[in-house]
Amino acid sequence: MNLWELLASLVNDHTVRTVALGTAGLGAVSGVLGAFAVLRRQSLLGDALSHAALPGVALAYMLTASKTPLVLMLGAGFTGFLAIGLFFIITRHTRIKEDASLGIVLSTFFGVGLLLLTYLQRNPDARQAGLNSFLFGQAAALLTRDLVTIAIFGGLALLVVFILWKEFKLLSFDRDFGSSLGFPMPGLDLLLTSLLVVVIVLGLQAVGVVLMSAMIVAPGAAARQWTDDLARMALLAAFFGALAGVSGALISSLGSGLSTGPVIVLCASAIVLVSLLLAPNRGLAWNAWRNWRSRSRLRGEAVLLDLYRMGAQHEDALQPHPVSALEAVSGARATQRSLQNLLARGLVQPGKNNWWALTEQGLAEAQRMEAALAADRDEQ
Amino acid sequence: MSSAQIEIQLIGLVVAAACALPGVFLVLRGMAMMSDAISHTVLLGIVLGFMVLGDLESPWLIIAAAAMGLITVSLIELLNNTKLVKQDAAIGLVFPALFSLAVILISRFARGVHLDNDAVLLGELAFAPFNRILLFGVSLPHSLVVMGVILLVNIAFIALFYKELKLATFDAGLAMALGFSPALIHYGLMALVSVTAVGAFDAVGSIMVVAFMVAPGAAAYLLTDRLDRMLLYAVLIGAAGTLGGYWMAHWLDANIAGSMSTIIGLLFVLCLLFAPRRGLLAIAARRRRQKWEFAQTMLAIHLLHHEGTAEAGVENRLEHLHDHLRWEPGFARGVVRRAREGGLISQSNGSLLLTAQGRQLAEQNLEG
Repeated sequence: MNLWELLASLVNDHTVRTVALGTAGLGAVSGVLGAFAVLRRQSLLGDALSHAALPGVALAYMLTASKTPLVLMLGAGFTGFLAIGLFFIITRHTRIKEDASLGIVLSTFFGVGLLLLTYLQRNPDARQAGLNSFLFGQAAALLTRDLVTIAIFGGLALLVVFILWKEFKLLSFDRDFGSSLGFPMPGLDLLLTSLLVVVIVLGLQAVGVVLMSAMIVAPGAAARQWTDDLARMALLAAFFGALAGVSGALISSLGSGLSTGPVIVLCASAIVLVSLLLAPNRGLAWNAWRNWRSRSRLRGEAVLLDLYRMGAQHEDALQPHPVSALEAVSGARATQRSLQNLLARGLVQPGKNNWWALTEQGLAEAQRMEAALAADRDEQ
Repeated sequence: MSSAQIEIQLIGLVVAAACALPGVFLVLRGMAMMSDAISHTVLLGIVLGFMVLGDLESPWLIIAAAAMGLITVSLIELLNNTKLVKQDAAIGLVFPALFSLAVILISRFARGVHLDNDAVLLGELAFAPFNRILLFGVSLPHSLVVMGVILLVNIAFIALFYKELKLATFDAGLAMALGFSPALIHYGLMALVSVTAVGAFDAVGSIMVVAFMVAPGAAAYLLTDRLDRMLLYAVLIGAAGTLGGYWMAHWLDANIAGSMSTIIGLLFVLCLLFAPRRGLLAIAARRRRQKWEFAQTMLAIHLLHHEGTAEAGVENRLEHLHDHLRWEPGFARGVVRRAREGGLISQSNGSLLLTAQGRQLAEQNLEG
């Protein structure tokens, strides 16, 4: 199958289309809320909350004997809130730090969920409720009605974010200032975290408990590299989340044995990697190039000054000097390359046998630099 | 009890102790979530090791998996050091990626062997006694031997480097100034966590490893301020959770590891509520007591202030406290009753008079 056929299956193949739409929607919504989570240093809260949803799924099934996704999601949301409550109680009232209380909430809620689910599975009817589908997600089993659920709840979550944009921005960047303006910060905090719970519960079906946290963190962390503006960051995160969702769905439709959840996570991770390397102003490759450029510029300036100072000891300031003399004076590496750079800027001119001299323009530039250095010294 | 039951509980106890010991240091150093990351990514080490060695029983797999744990820690630190993402996000980015890779590799290349995703996440302690090896002519469960060795290594490491660990945990700056390398101790500890996670996840699954490592240490942290006692309590809490969890699973016919972490979680909640001094109830009681003590001091100062002046007859009456100190009548009565019972004041004709003890309290507080 070539790339074109793969993309065409997005339109023609009903299953692929449904799955891709579902994962794209999920990716977009979790990207927006993940952007806030990343900024608020709550990346791992998503991990804990998604694990805490498991006992809720089991409880909902025990109480209602229904496998309707909406009922199971309500249960998951309920235990998600319990988990948040426990997390806040532990971190606010004891000296146990955030990481440990996250670890406790995550692992013990998951343990309770596992206990309940295996207890339920003694009853053969419950077996189809499928522990597996909640652990790793079953995006391939997404139906049209799941799309509707995702669209409604995801849309509502985005609407709340849109309406309370200014308040959530305050919450993320300067909570104390927000309080002083009279905004109910604890309530807003709870609301934003609740939206996170909603998104995680939505995503459980597709990506699963174990990997849902990556859908929260990765798009937000990638988007952070490209911009310093919250609105752009949220939009970018939504785009990255949707991109990871669609490409994950497509790639996993290619082969057997490729569960959608892990493939989506790997796609999201690839987006993060590219962003970390290439993003302008922050990216590692960008930084390396900028460092290299400023280093070669500095080396060039050193050579120019050396040439000027050597020339100042002669009658003629434009007296040529051999490269070997320059190398001996500066001790700097890559003198030849620096000279070529200076030549390109018209500051030096070559003579015979690799002797070099300042041009009039270079002389003026060197005098300006020397004066600036002297001024610096005077200030000190 | 059948011998299989005894063996399962023994394995559980050894796992609990082996996890609780390094877990204490993770809790104290604020690195508890590293155990979550490591316990997931060791799977990638096992898969890669299996693809190279083609053997699931090889002891080299443990080494490969533990190495992957250390690689995870280094990757997280590398990412953190770029300053492009914060530490929590670094953890949340690295381990899902490596874990996803492992899951895909398993389903593509290692299907059919005993290495499936459920077993990795959930563990199946019930089957542990079936896998046996012969040691000095005695047939022992494989996990018991592996975890026993790991427990001994953990005890040896902590005993040998107790002083260094303690110093690096509580005062990294001083440790560095004295010439110990905090980085070395950090990576030593992480190696310990990795090896323990590899050994334990076979028995209890990668997510429950976190419960066994973090919850006992955190519960013990609420009970004591001494490191040696904290280690002891953590092991005891882990052991109690293991035994209680085993019998609950037996009773409910459910997953043993899930049951054990449920009980460990319950024990943590009990400590959270009832721990002396640091429990929620103790904190609430202390706040309440301080509220009454503060009010009694206020009362004594108020009485001292007006004592012997012309308006004393008006000011130093129970009814007046509402106007002057803004106390609700019920609260004011409570304060007066407690102050009288404590011998701080006496009452005559509705006037409140300081006793010598009450006067002393007021003067002490005024001197500050």
